[in-house]
Amino acid sequence: MASLTAPPRPIAPLCAAPVTLRIEPPHGWFELRLREVWEYRELLYFFVWRDVKVRYKQTLVGVAWVILQPLLTMAVFTLFFGKLAKLPSQGLPYPVFYFAALVPWMYFSYSLQSATNVVVENQRVITKVYFPRLVLPISAVVSGLVDFAIGFLVLVCVTLVFGIHPGLAALWLPAFLLLAILTALGVGLWMSALNALYRDVRYVMPFVAQFWMFASPVAYPSSLVPERWRWLYGLNPMAGVIDGFRWALTGHGQPPGPVLLASAGMVGAVLLGGLLFFQRMEGTVADRA
Amino acid sequence: MTTTVIHGESLGKRYRRGLHVETGLRHTIENFIRSPFSAFRGNGQESFWALKDVSLEVREGEVLGLIGRNGAGKTTLLKILSRITRPTTGWAEIHGRVGSLLEVGTGFHPELTGRENTFLSGAILGMSKREIERKFDEIVAFAELEKFIDTQVKHYSSGMYVRLAFAVAAHLEPEILLVDEVLAVGDINFQRKCLGKMGDVARAGRTVVLVSHQLNQIRRLCSRAAWIDAGLIRSEGTAPSVIGAYEAAMFSEGLSACDHSDGQNLVRFLRWELEVKDSNQPHVLSTLGPFHVNFQVETRKPIHRGVHGAALLNAGRDIVWASAVDSLELSPGFHTFSHGFPSLPVRPGAYFWQVSLWEDDQQLELWDCSPEMIVASEVHQHPLDEWSGVLNIPVSFRTLKREDLRA
Repeated sequence: MASLTAPPRPIAPLCAAPVTLRIEPPHGWFELRLREVWEYRELLYFFVWRDVKVRYKQTLVGVAWVILQPLLTMAVFTLFFGKLAKLPSQGLPYPVFYFAALVPWMYFSYSLQSATNVVVENQRVITKVYFPRLVLPISAVVSGLVDFAIGFLVLVCVTLVFGIHPGLAALWLPAFLLLAILTALGVGLWMSALNALYRDVRYVMPFVAQFWMFASPVAYPSSLVPERWRWLYGLNPMAGVIDGFRWALTGHGQPPGPVLLASAGMVGAVLLGGLLFFQRMEGTVADRA
Repeated sequence: MTTTVIHGESLGKRYRRGLHVETGLRHTIENFIRSPFSAFRGNGQESFWALKDVSLEVREGEVLGLIGRNGAGKTTLLKILSRITRPTTGWAEIHGRVGSLLEVGTGFHPELTGRENTFLSGAILGMSKREIERKFDEIVAFAELEKFIDTQVKHYSSGMYVRLAFAVAAHLEPEILLVDEVLAVGDINFQRKCLGKMGDVARAGRTVVLVSHQLNQIRRLCSRAAWIDAGLIRSEGTAPSVIGAYEAAMFSEGLSACDHSDGQNLVRFLRWELEVKDSNQPHVLSTLGPFHVNFQVETRKPIHRGVHGAALLNAGRDIVWASAVDSLELSPGFHTFSHGFPSLPVRPGAYFWQVSLWEDDQQLELWDCSPEMIVASEVHQHPLDEWSGVLNIPVSFRTLKREDLRA
């Protein structure tokens, strides 16, 4: 094997000139090049900027769509799950109960799907110029935050309209958001790498996302899940994120417990595995065009 | 000035056929079921070496041209050096900031404006935001698009698009520039401008590795050249000597001069040449007078109701001339299709022939002829570049006075 005879890889140099670059065959599994991603942060910014700009240019109603989408879903959920199925809502008005879950959920679902497709959609650029490919899924997950920010503002308005005033618990929100971002990135890395290998993945993803939504407390409170299955439920990080969002914003429901730690650990493992798997695929992705 | 900036040592690249887009999950699962241990290693899959064993050294300030047939491995080598793909064997060391230009308009998005695309494409090609801001006006002026810079690129003409894309690329200032064939597009004036800019780059002491099919371009720009053939360096040295050897081999080998010799086609175009009185240059047209262009074709089966298409394209891939001849009856063997032109009054530059042979609406063969045709006839044109037109005809001129008209 070439990797056995090749000389050891020098430590990646900092940006200072003169730069020496060594090009070698891939070396197995453990090659995290996160520093390089940092060096390309400007390109990351431009990818995010492009995504956001193009998305708002192409849709007729632009920003309005970002607000309408969760609002309409909320209306449907309120009508069917709330008024008709009469699911419990932790003592919250249905619109608040659903909207508080839909804003983080839609961010997650959108980011996951765009991260899945981002490598394939940028195939052309990938085969023509070098940059750390990791920039792409990161940009997909970051650009979803713009929609999230708009949705979140509406969420705060809805909450206030229903007379619920967020308390100190709201300080937890960034932590839950971070957990959602890392979950989307971790799973997104796996999916975008798999999607580059097997194009079937992109057709499967919408189903996965839908299935995942029902495995998360979006349309129902997690208290409906039997106590003895709760630990398994906690392995789904989005369950922690959504419960957490509701709690942090309204004070209703359960405060984060040890289950959240399990979620965080789970995300860490998925993310690390995703990084390794993605970088493994990265070396060959340009050859598959 | 003689520091080595690129050093490559027995670089090789193996591609696996069959691992392309068509393969889906089902394919892998099926393989896994058939042979659980080898499915993920890709054993038994057909593989080929696009690059076998290439060692090269490029010194600072050198402009190296890579020549060779399609599929010889030139682009693969460039992709390895620009880190787009990783080598299977060997290693390379590069000293300096590398910029690669493998396509015109890398990263352009049709929905964005010219201004936005300048920033986007610049960033993708490796420029920093500050660098782009600093050069922005210069880029726009170079592209001559001041009035349209805030128009969405999807409304641009292809010429405008290419100009902007080039302007961004031309202002890339890495220490080492890797360029693939991109100068084959665009109108000839703009090409000249870009070549000038690239000449500046070379004169400024930057190192350039350039892949091109246009041998004249290599001649003009490169100090050194390497001829890559079947994944190996066949010859390396000063540009004129390597190009000479390459041309000689292509003409003498006749059969192998074509780019597409996979040996399975029943019909193959072998070579093309010009037949001009008092000229022995088979690919240079230096007259406005009559000439023939001959395409040699080998058929391995009888052809009935054959249709032969021939087209002449300019560097911007616009069709300059085309024709179709039908009802051809050809027996197996070698044939020459000869087109007689009374004159070809086009502006000097590089042109490409494209020929095809059809039978019953089925395309048997299509050949993008190589090498290109250089038109070098005497110029009857406006002396200023920006006014040189598509046609190059000796037009007569006289002035008439009023009295003459009345008479």
